[in-house]
Amino acid sequence: MAKEKKGVRLEHISKIYQDPKTKKDFYAVRDTTLDIEPGSFVTLLGPSGCGKTTTLRMIAGFESPDEGEIYLGGEPINALTPNRRDTAMVFQSYALLPHYNIFDNVAYGLKLRKLDKAQIREKVTGILKLVGLEGMESRMTNQLSGGQQQRVALARALVLEPGVLLFDEPLSNLDAKLRVSMRTEIRRIQQEAGITAVYVTHDQSEAMAISDKIIIMEKGVVAQMGTPQEIYYHPDSEFVADFIGEANFLRGTLVSRDGTDGVVEIGGSRVAVCDIRQQKAGDNCTLVLRPEAAVIADKGQLPCRVVLSCFMGSYQNYHVMVGDTLVKITDFNPKNKKIYSVGDEAFVAFETESVHVL
Amino acid sequence: MARTQSADLDRKKFFADPVMVTTIAVLIAFLSLFILYPLAILLVDSFVTDNGLTLDVFRRIMGMSNFRRAISNTLKVGFLVGIASALIGLLFAYVEVYVRLRTRFMEGLFRVVSMLPVVSPPFVLSLSMIMLFGKAGIVTRYLLHIYDNSVYGFWGIAIVQTLTFFPVCYMMMKGLLKNIDPSLEEAARDMGASRWKVFTSVTLPLVLPGLGNAFLVTFIESIADFANPMIIGGSYDTLATTIYLQITGAYDKEGASAMAVVLLCITLFMFILQKYWLEAKSTATLTGKASRERMLITDRSVTLPLTILCSLLAVFVIVMYICVPFGALFRTWGYDFHLTTKWFQQVFKRYKGLKAFKDSFVLSLIASPITALLSMIISYLVVKRKFRARGFIEAVSMLAMAVPGTVLGIGYIRGFSSGVFRTGFLQGLYGTGAILIIVFVVRSLPTGTRSGISALRQIDKSIEESAYDMGADSFRVFMTVTLPLIKDSFLSGLVTAFVRSITAISAIILLVTPQYLLITVQINEFAEKGAYGIACAFATILIAITYGSVLLMNLVIRYFGTSRKFEEE
Repeated sequence: MAKEKKGVRLEHISKIYQDPKTKKDFYAVRDTTLDIEPGSFVTLLGPSGCGKTTTLRMIAGFESPDEGEIYLGGEPINALTPNRRDTAMVFQSYALLPHYNIFDNVAYGLKLRKLDKAQIREKVTGILKLVGLEGMESRMTNQLSGGQQQRVALARALVLEPGVLLFDEPLSNLDAKLRVSMRTEIRRIQQEAGITAVYVTHDQSEAMAISDKIIIMEKGVVAQMGTPQEIYYHPDSEFVADFIGEANFLRGTLVSRDGTDGVVEIGGSRVAVCDIRQQKAGDNCTLVLRPEAAVIADKGQLPCRVVLSCFMGSYQNYHVMVGDTLVKITDFNPKNKKIYSVGDEAFVAFETESVHVL
Repeated sequence: MARTQSADLDRKKFFADPVMVTTIAVLIAFLSLFILYPLAILLVDSFVTDNGLTLDVFRRIMGMSNFRRAISNTLKVGFLVGIASALIGLLFAYVEVYVRLRTRFMEGLFRVVSMLPVVSPPFVLSLSMIMLFGKAGIVTRYLLHIYDNSVYGFWGIAIVQTLTFFPVCYMMMKGLLKNIDPSLEEAARDMGASRWKVFTSVTLPLVLPGLGNAFLVTFIESIADFANPMIIGGSYDTLATTIYLQITGAYDKEGASAMAVVLLCITLFMFILQKYWLEAKSTATLTGKASRERMLITDRSVTLPLTILCSLLAVFVIVMYICVPFGALFRTWGYDFHLTTKWFQQVFKRYKGLKAFKDSFVLSLIASPITALLSMIISYLVVKRKFRARGFIEAVSMLAMAVPGTVLGIGYIRGFSSGVFRTGFLQGLYGTGAILIIVFVVRSLPTGTRSGISALRQIDKSIEESAYDMGADSFRVFMTVTLPLIKDSFLSGLVTAFVRSITAISAIILLVTPQYLLITVQINEFAEKGAYGIACAFATILIAITYGSVLLMNLVIRYFGTSRKFEEE
């Protein structure tokens, strides 16, 4: 559908803001270089204040970068105003024009592009069909539910066939259930339209469900970029591991290394690991263990004492102490398994491939 | 860290929008020429003499005993009027917010009282004060048989101004009281405080900064007021009237300029105090929304005296206003109460009434759309755009609020009678209808801008951004999004500007030439001569026009204002 899928490239982009209280300058985004491939769905993920929205707004043109250049489809766009950029944004608050009905909202950008009436009608009707709002053209925006407003906002951006579609936390105002169905919907529509999309969110499950690639940002800097699987299974840092999904961190020392395999000692126990990157024997290291990747058993790698045991329906939730470290474990489908109680001594057991070494 | 690149890019983006650049340039030129320049010329006039930069002029005017008296008179009146208006305003607001009003009649009274200052021309109350309590006043002469009562002077001005300005305080205090969370007072009651104790220890401390704010706003209004002291002041001169007489009577231009600078300094000081200190403070303590509805006071020992007091005051104010049309219908006020239409006939036959109404009406009608549009543009720029001159535009349009009409009038005389900086440039403007229209615009601009700014602050910034993002330039965003969204504010700004213009007098009286007859100037003239019948006839028609246009506005807003629909969201 899109005229032309465009890639977005950020080259050494920085944005400096002034703290309104201390009057000191700080980097909201610092020396960020990104390559977003044409037609891909890329999510900027991070806690609030990490610079993700600022990055998005720089691509849209509402903010100007202090360093670096932004390219859209190979063209530098730094000096272009938002209305001259081939981008379209879906706002967090939807930002529908309240004095127009659905049709006029969607047709707004087309009218500015001086399309003739028949063409506008055809395009608007087509796009409303795509987002599932057929026949609602004459409704006013305040007669719509949150999900419907969201669809109008999406239709309004899509109808312009922009080189890149920008989403600024579009689902944060919806209730949890609607959020899940809308994100599937957004993904479907993006795939059908074959359009490049940059999506900002602080919800990690949303990011994983929807994206081809996730960019995790921390304090204005890209912490990691990769597919959801890469990020989940092979986080580059504790920040990334902790931010996406839940993680336990076990501190230890690498005692021996053979290729990428090795042995780590944690409080007297030895644990076999694989996929070691830069550490040498004798280095300190941290093991990342996902709660669902481990179980409690009578035999295992690490001895532990149960401090919390809580039935959650689909899983048994354990907190155990391994030495001084609290480890969370979720044991799924606990019906016919042995349930450990608070105070029980047991072992944490997991497969070698399930731990990731930092 | 250098923010040069973004500054550079922002500038590029800014200049890529020629309509906006032009608008801002025109705006800056307008504000500089018609607000800053006239004030600057006053400073030049009063400081620069043949001997260079001196304080000679100030020394001279401070030597005049009547000027010194005018300063103390003005401050005395302002002080009393400020306190009285703030307290009466608080009383009315308290009764409306806290006390269960038993009848529709009471609600109606309150609405009328809050509406009156909007539609009434200045000095209407002065007229009725004289007609009710003056030498030939109905109350004094016929009811009390006092034949030598003088309403002229300090008490006359103070009473009339208080009655004119307290409704403004009432509206301000009402907004604050409504924001108090009732549970605060309930907690105090629960801990054993009496109602009076709750009022003095909870309610009053919470609204005290707001009360101070109301006091200062009224104080400024009072010392800037020209018309009431003119009519009812008698020999009790205030700064505004002294300045007027200094230029129209004594032809002392430098002296009048210096006096205007003194008056400006006082209002400016008060304004800054109000704006930056009390205004912020008055709302800071009351940001919380009321958690639930307030239990209204039904205790008769409280409600009865309060309602009676308010009703009496309200009825008194309304009687004062009603007095004016009657004044126009009696043959000789105070002596011969036969109904007659002779005053109205005289207005139209002898005193070119039709021309006066036409001139006032047409000039105001031209000024009001300009004012409304200009104030919406200023508010849009101030609230929604980022550019370097934004602070300047905001400051100057707010500054206009602190400039008394008399000061502006003198500034225009000195600034434009022989052209800009006495070069002859734009000299043609002086004495024309155009300069009157400009004065109307400048005088109403701050109110319009303030209402526009508060309307725009309610609108989510991303709505305009979305339009911008979809390809609209600033001009289109303003026309297709901003303006429709603040339609109500625009429409009411239109009427407010019209009403303010057609009832304006303080600056206009200094600038009007015989070519134009303005109603307010006529009323002032006849009232001063003691021709109250004619003055009342003029005033009656003026009130009818303003009231009519306010009604029309309400109708228009009801049928065309769409904003209410999306406020409900």
